[in-house]
Amino acid sequence: MSLQQKASRALLSRGAKKLDSGRIGFLYVLPWLLGFLFFKLYPFASSLYYSFTDMHLFNGISRWGFFNFENIFTSGQIIKSFTVTFKYVLVTVPLKLVTALFIAYILNFRIKGVTYFRTGYYVPSILGGSVAIAVLWKALFRNEGLVNAMLAVLGIKGPSWLSDPQYALFIISLLRIWQFGSSMVIFLAALKGVPEDLYEASTIDGATSRRQFFSITLPLISPVIFYNLVTQLVQAFQEFNGPYIITKGGPLNSTRLVSMIIYDQGIKNYKMGLSSALAWVLFIILMLLTLVAFKSQKHWVYYSDEMQGRGKK
Amino acid sequence: MTTAVKPRRRNNRRLLSTIIRYFVLIAVGIVMIYPLLWMVSSTFKNNNEIFSGVHLIPREPTLNGYRDAMKSYGGDIDLWKSMFNTYKIVLPKVLFTVISVTLTAYGFGRFRFKGHAFLFSILMSTLFLPQVVLNVPQFLMFTRLGWVDSPWYIPLILPTLFATETYFVFMLIQFMRSIPRELDEASRIDGCNSLQTLTKVIVPMLSPAMVSVALFQFMWSSNDFMGPLLYVNTPARYPATIYVKLSMDADTGFEWNRVLAVSLISIIPSLVVFFMAQSKFVDGISAGALKG
Repeated sequence: MSLQQKASRALLSRGAKKLDSGRIGFLYVLPWLLGFLFFKLYPFASSLYYSFTDMHLFNGISRWGFFNFENIFTSGQIIKSFTVTFKYVLVTVPLKLVTALFIAYILNFRIKGVTYFRTGYYVPSILGGSVAIAVLWKALFRNEGLVNAMLAVLGIKGPSWLSDPQYALFIISLLRIWQFGSSMVIFLAALKGVPEDLYEASTIDGATSRRQFFSITLPLISPVIFYNLVTQLVQAFQEFNGPYIITKGGPLNSTRLVSMIIYDQGIKNYKMGLSSALAWVLFIILMLLTLVAFKSQKHWVYYSDEMQGRGKK
Repeated sequence: MTTAVKPRRRNNRRLLSTIIRYFVLIAVGIVMIYPLLWMVSSTFKNNNEIFSGVHLIPREPTLNGYRDAMKSYGGDIDLWKSMFNTYKIVLPKVLFTVISVTLTAYGFGRFRFKGHAFLFSILMSTLFLPQVVLNVPQFLMFTRLGWVDSPWYIPLILPTLFATETYFVFMLIQFMRSIPRELDEASRIDGCNSLQTLTKVIVPMLSPAMVSVALFQFMWSSNDFMGPLLYVNTPARYPATIYVKLSMDADTGFEWNRVLAVSLISIIPSLVVFFMAQSKFVDGISAGALKG
């Protein structure tokens, strides 16, 4: 290659690089940016505004103030719905994650037929969000449903799961816990990434497998635990389909999550102001929790580049 | 002596723990899958038989559930129409999502423009923006625009043209990182413009990830209940999720074989797609989370 050719090539590629840093890239993200402004930022900002008004779908706004929030913190039904939501999240998220991690841990041993098990466990996650499965859930937990029929075989008289305020919320949680498959798949991939030699070295040092799990496995997959925790929290706080379809919020409002009140007030009763305020309170709680999770990261989440850095020191 | 005993004891323990592992896996597997099998078997039972025991094989197999599932409620909608409506929504959504998300990921992944870092941080923060805050104001906005109950399902489909599902953008950016940039540069030198580089170099290598995006969007949109609940009012336009909910409300306590048959038929396309492409789902879900 002659010098001239080389030079022109270098020039060309520099030209291309200039193009890279130029406007073309912006053009590619422009549709997303417009979508963000129109479908996300504007609704997001306007709902903050509406939350300080009595916005009504047909009557518009007649007054401004903090009354929606006063309403929220004084209404027994709304406070109860927040309590119910917290209960729901506190039961669903830990149980789902622990189950997912436990099963992924077992699958990570050289198990024959891993793919079959993995597929089988994953099916509920794929279908679980559908209305069809909510219908099935109702059939399973009816008074004379499959679960009570099974208990009857064992000589136990099962309770009326869905009409007893004591159990109904747990049955709704169970529908989500049953869908642990997607978290499990993520855990499994992370477990596969833990270097084998770490286990071998610690076995030689006489570490028990329990010790290995807590001192090697858990720290090394902690970024993924963190990811799963945050995504599951966000999802659980917004749960709607399960209680809406299976229990309609009953019995005695024991499954009426905040998302259902937001829907009822905003879409059914056209009270957009109150509904926006509710959504914002839920959003702020969720943000605070996410923030706490992010801040707490440095105490329990280990990122591998950070570890390498430490090693070098 | 001791050296001879120890390995055997260790082998026994290993065997025991292997047995326990399989036992747990199978037991959990049954809990996971039995309800689904029971659902399938119930669609072939009489209504008296469904709740009469835990058995799977119907004593008197019948197709009544399916026969009744075909009946409409005397309204403008039946199971087939509602499923047709579902895919009228799902297919454009899948297509638009794959295109818009790929373009956006390309823009963020391969170019450094003014405001790149800022826009990227916005993109990331929308990952954590819960839909529940957006529902009511979006409903208001779409109502004012006259899009609610549109025969073309505008509120459900149109946003996907604008890469609104940022999770997918994020996933593709992660995948794109593993495609060597030298390939882009080589194609530029060969005289390709940036769009040709995308279609001729990036897309062929990115296509497994794009398939994952399409599959997830297919599943999620087929299962979507909240969207149609908000934006579809005319019964003739109901998708399957709404139809299934209605048929359950109408029938509870009487015709469970029909209700379960309706439910089962409505998820068969999703099941077929899942079993044809299950490894893609697994790859997609772990890659999106892990490379981040």
